[in-house]
Amino acid sequence: MKVERMNIERINIDQVRSDFPILGLQVSGKPLVYLDNAASSQMPQAVIDRIVRYQSAEHSNIHRAVHYLSELATKEFEAARVKVQHFLKAKESREIIFTRGTTEAINLVMHGYGRAFIGKGDEIILSGLEHHANIVPWQMLAEEKGAVLRVIPMNDAGELLIEEFEALFNAKTKFLALSHVSNALGTINPVKQMVALAHMHGVPVLLDGAQAAPHQALDMQELDCDFYAFSGHKMCGPTGIGVLYGKAHLLEKMQPFMGGGDMILSVTFEKTKYNVIPAKFEAGTPPIMAAIALGAAIDYLNGIGLANIEAYEGELLAYATEQVSAMPGVRIIGTAKKKAAVLSFEIKGVHPHDVGTILNGDGIAIRTGHHCAQPVMQRFHVPATARASFAFYNTKQEIDKLVVGIRKVQEMFS
Amino acid sequence: MSDMRQLYQEVILDHNRKPRNFGSLSGANRHAEGHNPLCGDHIKLSMNVLDDKIETIAFEGEGCAICKASASMMTGAVKGKAVQEAETLVEEFRNMATGTLDPDSQTNHLGKLKVFAGVKDLPSRVKCAILPWHTLHAALHSEISVSTEGAADPIPGAEIGGQ
Repeated sequence: MKVERMNIERINIDQVRSDFPILGLQVSGKPLVYLDNAASSQMPQAVIDRIVRYQSAEHSNIHRAVHYLSELATKEFEAARVKVQHFLKAKESREIIFTRGTTEAINLVMHGYGRAFIGKGDEIILSGLEHHANIVPWQMLAEEKGAVLRVIPMNDAGELLIEEFEALFNAKTKFLALSHVSNALGTINPVKQMVALAHMHGVPVLLDGAQAAPHQALDMQELDCDFYAFSGHKMCGPTGIGVLYGKAHLLEKMQPFMGGGDMILSVTFEKTKYNVIPAKFEAGTPPIMAAIALGAAIDYLNGIGLANIEAYEGELLAYATEQVSAMPGVRIIGTAKKKAAVLSFEIKGVHPHDVGTILNGDGIAIRTGHHCAQPVMQRFHVPATARASFAFYNTKQEIDKLVVGIRKVQEMFS
Repeated sequence: MSDMRQLYQEVILDHNRKPRNFGSLSGANRHAEGHNPLCGDHIKLSMNVLDDKIETIAFEGEGCAICKASASMMTGAVKGKAVQEAETLVEEFRNMATGTLDPDSQTNHLGKLKVFAGVKDLPSRVKCAILPWHTLHAALHSEISVSTEGAADPIPGAEIGGQ
């Protein structure tokens, strides 16, 4: 893709907004201002239409029958896998495993890889920025195996300390589980460099890409991570679908996560022979419609261009940061130099839940709470934050409304 | 509810700014802690109950304005009341917050506490308003039971334990 004008004009915002029916909604009698995209994004009409078409004219169970609908559904489901492969620039489509979401993908690696290759006294490195989904499974494994979790610390901007990270490696280090982008603060971690460092020590790496996949172009071969996990519903697709990318040679030596149909070659009561990847990890009927809809979401995002999305959202973030940081009594939490379009903040003297409720009265949807990242909250000594997270269909006018809303909160509580 | 001033009335904002009966009582004979893990609201309640009457009461903790104002106004409302009167208020407050009691048309003893009627339209905030009342109920029973709220708890996600 040729990048000629790296600026906000490259997104036709009126066109884009008209692609999303939900953006026409009125909430509390005001036009919806949807700034909760890090939790879940909205769905364009093209993806909604794809779901309707699949359910109206293509649905059957996949992989198991010779009739027309089953063959069609199988073809579309596998075509979605190839779309994901290209989206990630993965080497092979069999490296793409459909899961219910990022959480399941991480749990799959914990069970399939961790339980086989991590043992007593071994160490797993995580970062202080992780979402609970990339902490709890490893804690469960550590408890089961007697392994130890080591945590990469961060500075006051919310950036991981790379020197301290390097110092964590030793002969017992067996795994690195790391977020690509922090959901609570927006920090974009230098994952390429960190993966390379881990590999120097022979340590495989899982990247939690839930917050990265919707906002920037990805290249698995360039990143060289061993596993990458993300969710469909944060990138204009439906809930109930996610992806685990894994290097084929690792997936092949891993144990299945769940047993059942589709993941077998043959079953007798004495012995089951497992299927090849990716089927080995897709027991039972998968979310066929959701996988196909994720494929349509990828088509939609590609149509706009991930580079355009990244540039546009970068401008939104810069504008929002400028506006909000100029407000007295408001502190932005998470000020990393490299950030995705997430603005976590606190208003002095006002609990984030009151902020969220009052903004909702003006139709503005933000998230308030610990964002499933309690260690991040503890690091910054706050019980919770208010978080506005932007997508390529948001506008500067919406950020202006957020600023007016914050001012209204301050006036009410003054 | 689009006009947030219906909920965030001056009386609520004032109790949030200057909570009454804030702190802990030394030598209290009733205690309970209420915790809402979803939003981090946390209330510690201590009371002196003598001859079935709430002689003194105090609370401390962290919370949103709704929770803090509710706790502050609650302590004012039940201080000096008989245990049974306090329990009646607990029930009436819960019913008002969950929308099963209309304080303007049905008999009740809520008085000033009616300012919280608006939370019934904000399901995610109902538990903020009720948490102090749950904790009061727990504290009143803290000598007989340590884990007071069970299956009948109308507030999923709220955890309350007597101590």
